[in-house]
Amino acid sequence: MNEINRSGWRPAMGSAGEAEAIETTTGNRGLQLEEALIFEIGNLDHCGVDFDGAIDERLLEGLPSRRSAPVDLPGLTEPEAVRHYTRLSRQNYAIDLGLFPLGSCTMKHNPRLDEKVARFPGFADVHPLQPQSTVQGALKVMDELAQWLITLTGMAGVAMTPKAGAHGELCGLLCIRAALEARGDAREVILVPESAHGTNPATAAFAGYRVENIPATADGRVDVDALTARLGLDVAGVMITNPNTCGLFERDLKTIADAVHAAGGFVYCDGANFNAIVGRVRPGDLGVDAMHINLHKTFSTPHGGGGPGSGPVVLSAALAPFAPLPFTTRGADGSVHLIEEENAAQEGHAQAFGRMCAFHGQMGMYSRALAYILSHGADGLRQVSGDAVLNANYVLRSLEGVLDAPFGAAGPCMHEALFSDDGFAEGFSTLDLAKGLIDEGYHPMTVYFPLVVHGAMLVEPTETESRGGLDQFIGAMRVLAERAKAGDPLLKSAPHLAPRRRLDETLAARKPKLVWKG
Amino acid sequence: MRYLPLNDADRAAMLDVVGAGSIDDLFVDVPAEARLAGPVPGLPMHASEMAVERHMARLSAQSLTAGQAPFFLGAGAYRHHVPASVDHLIQRGEFLTAYTPYQPEIAQGTLQVLFEFQTQVARLFGTDVANASLYDGSTACWEAVTMAGRITKRKKAVFSGGVHPHYVETARTMAKFTGDTLVTRLPELLAASDDDAVIADIDGETSCVVVQYPDILGRIPDLAKIAGAAQAKGALLIAVVTEPVALGLLESPGTLGADIVVGEGQSLGVGLQFGGPYLGLFGCREKYLRQMPGRLCGETLDADGKRGFVLTLSTREQHIRREKATSNICTNSGLCALAFSIHLTLLGGKGLEEMAKHSRVRAAQTAQALSKVAGVSVVNASYFNEFAVVLPRDARDVVRELADKGVLGGVSLGRLYPGADGLANGLLVTATECTTTEDIEALVKALEEVLA
Repeated sequence: MNEINRSGWRPAMGSAGEAEAIETTTGNRGLQLEEALIFEIGNLDHCGVDFDGAIDERLLEGLPSRRSAPVDLPGLTEPEAVRHYTRLSRQNYAIDLGLFPLGSCTMKHNPRLDEKVARFPGFADVHPLQPQSTVQGALKVMDELAQWLITLTGMAGVAMTPKAGAHGELCGLLCIRAALEARGDAREVILVPESAHGTNPATAAFAGYRVENIPATADGRVDVDALTARLGLDVAGVMITNPNTCGLFERDLKTIADAVHAAGGFVYCDGANFNAIVGRVRPGDLGVDAMHINLHKTFSTPHGGGGPGSGPVVLSAALAPFAPLPFTTRGADGSVHLIEEENAAQEGHAQAFGRMCAFHGQMGMYSRALAYILSHGADGLRQVSGDAVLNANYVLRSLEGVLDAPFGAAGPCMHEALFSDDGFAEGFSTLDLAKGLIDEGYHPMTVYFPLVVHGAMLVEPTETESRGGLDQFIGAMRVLAERAKAGDPLLKSAPHLAPRRRLDETLAARKPKLVWKG
Repeated sequence: MRYLPLNDADRAAMLDVVGAGSIDDLFVDVPAEARLAGPVPGLPMHASEMAVERHMARLSAQSLTAGQAPFFLGAGAYRHHVPASVDHLIQRGEFLTAYTPYQPEIAQGTLQVLFEFQTQVARLFGTDVANASLYDGSTACWEAVTMAGRITKRKKAVFSGGVHPHYVETARTMAKFTGDTLVTRLPELLAASDDDAVIADIDGETSCVVVQYPDILGRIPDLAKIAGAAQAKGALLIAVVTEPVALGLLESPGTLGADIVVGEGQSLGVGLQFGGPYLGLFGCREKYLRQMPGRLCGETLDADGKRGFVLTLSTREQHIRREKATSNICTNSGLCALAFSIHLTLLGGKGLEEMAKHSRVRAAQTAQALSKVAGVSVVNASYFNEFAVVLPRDARDVVRELADKGVLGGVSLGRLYPGADGLANGLLVTATECTTTEDIEALVKALEEVLA
């Protein structure tokens, strides 16, 4: 009988250098698994779905444009498919794996209760065109969420249907345009500060406006004098992001709004960063006329690898009558009704500017957002913005000794901390530090945005990070900053430990291969 | 609070590092008069998971769900069986809680899925290329119209009366602001689609012709004929597919000559969800690639020469191009695209064909049964899984009365075209592989009672 190994002796593990030299026949490296395309592993005869009963071919007769062969799509049985997608999933970074400090994008924990309730059949298994009496559950979620959004922002109404933030921006501008046209006022210009989201000028152009840029001041805020000097009869409105993309609160928003209103224009606020002030500040109190809310940011519906989003737009009393169809109203008996094309005129909503999309918007996002909001409540949401801002300031003050913080001296930041690449060694930039974070097991922060700061790094930790988690991240950032300053060549070629090294984006764009051709 | 890891000791220690006395002090830049001293008035306080779940469950119970009733609705949103593995896989945190794949080294999972998705959509539509999805079918349709305008340098779009009215409304809203001219018409309760009328509207100013396939009444237009007529006048054909399962049996629009094919992908993987989130499908000819809206994923190599994928051609996109972008769309519908792609992978080409056959057969059985109901006549000469019937009275009332009997009998044309008296008695009826013989019998019985 073997002796128990009391000393804990085991064979030497070998050094990391030796492991790097090991070639594997599969290309896999332990738990890091390569996965081929479905077109390489599947075939037309594999199927992961069974159907009941035989098909009466006679009932297929008389179908015009009938195809002669099945679509050339490979299939996989269920075990093959589950393995394919599970293996692919492991090549992704995600909030569930760690801190995701992507500034301006708000990657916070997605509560699983929200996933559960979104799948309740009364919301998920109902058709958008069922009689309204049969979809009261879904309509009440829409209406309850609408009431929360209106109250939290201190506004008069909300357009629920926009499908994402940029779509919400468009909706807000179309409301402004409809309101101006209703009073016979054909204004042509939208003013957009330099520090605005790139989507703002794009949206204004799509709504048919000419875009004029307003410079930023040295402390990272809108130049109020330049903005007010430009106001006039041709200016339909301004688009301001608040808190702005430098992570700062626009102190003068109320002053700006008063000046814009006096000149007959409207104020659009990009609410992408509403998570910094939710529960503490109502944009309606600052003179805002329209603001979209990214439910996937402030109210934590999952980002899903790039959507779906949802971008309801809260509206002032001046703009609310122009909100697009459909929307909900609550009757005296507590039942909720949809206002749509069929009844808009009779219900007193003849000024609604039209429709942004088919059906009623992003129901699946509404139920998730409502569950999140009800969980936090008014007190919890106040704590959400407080902790988000505290975490960002903790990162700012912990790193400003090793990284240049261009607005660090101006006072506290809001929900995100901004750094520049000032002091890095010759030939080293923000991108190198970002890629170094990947080797440390983090998703990089937002880089080269906002444009007003050289080599910008925008770090947004969010309120769902623990102090211990932040300390570990800060430690990694300090080491990476020192390596960038020292010009460490291994940082220049990072990442080394991810499923892929740096990818050739020039090659991808020069000879686009967008579909698999074998 | 269960979602907030900081406790009061953490906060105090961190405020020391920050040099602030309290969290409220961090909001010093907000004008004092706009800073609330406490929680926003008029709203409830926090709630436990159990309490929130109970509240939401109570609301959910107030709907009559598709799974609870004989169900025959379609009109752009279809009930198909979604395999359990689809929902399981899309809930993997690495997919669900990832961001847009801007850091490709640690986003190859999402990127490879998008590359596979683009290939699947292109093959389904018979187009050279496809994008990584848009918001939904209606916004994809408008994006196609503006893309055709950029390509042809013309501003007049001709819409068939068979295009979903919400898609037309969405386009009409946008066109008011862009200055595009839309030629639109109402559908008529006729056996065939309005191919000839649409062709007659095409002239030298026309940028595109927009035709739904199958159309809003379920009829199957002759795309090849319309494509020929459009292209002869320098216009593009945009085909709109709101029920992609139909392409399991019908020839792909691109193969029939469509220049741009857009669609609603909800039928596969996504479920009804009361109208959203859904996903817009978008494919076109390769020569129009750089005019295409939305995100694109492309194949490339990494520094070690390994195959990998990246988002590419982003110089078309608004976060880079600002006011010169090709589209207002920033987000795609990533998780819905994943669900669509998994479902289509589970099916494969043959499975999709079988699913389409079952849907068509159930629709044919439903049409046969309804045609025997007194006062009911089937309109269509051709259909896939959806068709129109004419009732002896306003279909809106009939639909509500059927619902009172626990039958979700279809979509009334009065709901879709409120002003059109000639359509008021029309009812759209859809069947899929989910439809059972008992469902069809229940519909017939309830309809006979309601019309008696």
